[in-house]
Amino acid sequence: MSPAGDDFKGGATTGLSHVARPGVDTSHGPILYLEDITVSFDGFRALNALTLTVQTGELRCIIGPNGAGKTTMMDVITGKTRPDSGTVFFGQTIDLTRLTEPQIAHAGIGRKFQKPTVFENHTVVENLELAMKADKRVRASLRARLSPAELTCIGEVLDLIGLGAEGGRVAGTLSHGQKQWLEIGMLLMQEPRLLLLDEPAAGMTDHETARTAELFKALAGEHTLIVVEHDMDFIASIAATVTVLHEGAVLAEGPLDAVKANERVIEVYLGR
Amino acid sequence: MSAAAAFPVPGDESLFSGRGWTALVAFVIAVTVVVPVLFLAVPETSPLHLSAYAVTLAGKILCYCCVAVAMNLIWGYTGILSLGHGLFFALGGYAFGMYLMRMIGREGQYQSDLPDFMVFLDWKAYPWYWSFTDHFWYAAALVVIAPAVLAFVFGFFAFRSRIRGVYFSIITQALTFAFMLLFFRNDTGFGGNNGFTDFKRILGYRISDPATRAALFAATGLFLAGCLVLTRALVRSRTGRILTAIRDSEGRLMFSGYNPLWYKLFVWTLSAVLCGIAGALYLPQVGIINPSEMSPANSIEIAIWVAVGGRGTLLGPLVGAGLVNGAKSFFTQTFPEYWLFFLGALFIAVTLFLPRGVVGWFVARRAAPGAQGPEAGKVTA
Repeated sequence: MSPAGDDFKGGATTGLSHVARPGVDTSHGPILYLEDITVSFDGFRALNALTLTVQTGELRCIIGPNGAGKTTMMDVITGKTRPDSGTVFFGQTIDLTRLTEPQIAHAGIGRKFQKPTVFENHTVVENLELAMKADKRVRASLRARLSPAELTCIGEVLDLIGLGAEGGRVAGTLSHGQKQWLEIGMLLMQEPRLLLLDEPAAGMTDHETARTAELFKALAGEHTLIVVEHDMDFIASIAATVTVLHEGAVLAEGPLDAVKANERVIEVYLGR
Repeated sequence: MSAAAAFPVPGDESLFSGRGWTALVAFVIAVTVVVPVLFLAVPETSPLHLSAYAVTLAGKILCYCCVAVAMNLIWGYTGILSLGHGLFFALGGYAFGMYLMRMIGREGQYQSDLPDFMVFLDWKAYPWYWSFTDHFWYAAALVVIAPAVLAFVFGFFAFRSRIRGVYFSIITQALTFAFMLLFFRNDTGFGGNNGFTDFKRILGYRISDPATRAALFAATGLFLAGCLVLTRALVRSRTGRILTAIRDSEGRLMFSGYNPLWYKLFVWTLSAVLCGIAGALYLPQVGIINPSEMSPANSIEIAIWVAVGGRGTLLGPLVGAGLVNGAKSFFTQTFPEYWLFFLGALFIAVTLFLPRGVVGWFVARRAAPGAQGPEAGKVTA
């Protein structure tokens, strides 16, 4: 009954004769297309004809002053906000404006919120279990038990996010940085193709930030990452392509050094 | 399978601890053997004898405990406050009540095949929706189906529209109020403000017979034990963890690929069905049901039981329903005019000083010395 468990077949909506493969179709290179996206709240244009393309396997950083539309853009991609106009495609075939939040998650997009959002009353392992890619319908969950393979997978992610010894701890008792890691771990359990990460290094120690940068670099390639960050050192350490948003549209795009030298970017950031 | 894991595997804990099983078995023996013996076999002169009044009162409170357990599923574990659970309780009661009405036969005031209130309205036949209610098993099925259908349809539209929090609570109040008005009307076929009463027989046994009373009491106790086992099994399953996740962070759950609609509908409908069965067990013991059971205040009282006992704990609802209803019997006999003041004061006091309820307070106190332990801060213990 629930549409959340439906499979998304690449090519199903194109009508082309190539063999439909399950999941997102990235045969043309880009994994995410945003085109002419406009979102208004009570007359305020949070996004103003935003157009953005992200290549498969890319590690993309989004920066911009407060109110530039970064979070709204993530809301549009994950189905939380519907754009007033414009198109959002995941791969060649999946129209994200027609799907609900859980359907988008199943299609392969994971999201980390700005404020770390984990299930505070569940243990670390339970958090990972709930996020895990699985049949997420009621009937399946009633009898669901973790298989040995799934337990191994949880163990691996626990080690990866540095919480190997904290599996039985209640998530609410973790430090801010540990919660950030746990939420990243939950995204990985979903096995997404595209990860949206809103300020993932906020509240982390320098050491934790460095490890996060290492992790992101390791994930890029197989996964595509879109990272919203303010920390320029962090962005420099992951050496990503940077997109600058301003007043709901793209102001500049390119390597960090080029963007930093851009006159208009300096103007916006320094408020001249 | 779990031996290799370096962490506690979710869902691997046992259904009940050794002490839990002992308590459950002791409770079942108490309701099925001890109380019936003390009531039926011990002579009235003995100080151990239980009066019919005591057994009826205890049976009534056990029914309320079942309702509190059902309420806890939806409010305590899933975080959805229903202020309309009295409606489902009453629907179960009414569905079974028509069976009891028809079992009166021609012993009513008017010596008619129809219940007195229908004779009074000059009706010649049963309305269609009461067809087949003279069959026990059909009536028993209706006890489950009527609350389930109403809860499912209402819940589907409410949850699909993402109505949450206080808005949902207010709509459930309006729902139970609307049904109360509907049932108050004479021409809707539910007996108007007198409701259903004056029952004589159930399955051929006389209701006033002490043995029948004892059997109804035992059935209620067994149902309550079943509700507790069901709650525990649900909470221990992945579904239970998902329900608690809905309570704590619905947004995170949706972005993890869950559609909360079906989970909410599942637990909401289950909760309504448990309430309906409790209502059907309540009716023959108390002997009357009328639309005042659907009054908004009744449903609010159910929420108070759970708040007092402890939301999201297994035994909290029983403690709350027991304490509040025990106090209610005491007050309404000795100072009837102060009962509502006491109830209001109790609710405020619990909200201010025991936000997790009586049982939640004990759990937190026990966990406090080793606050670093894995169970520390876990509301769902």
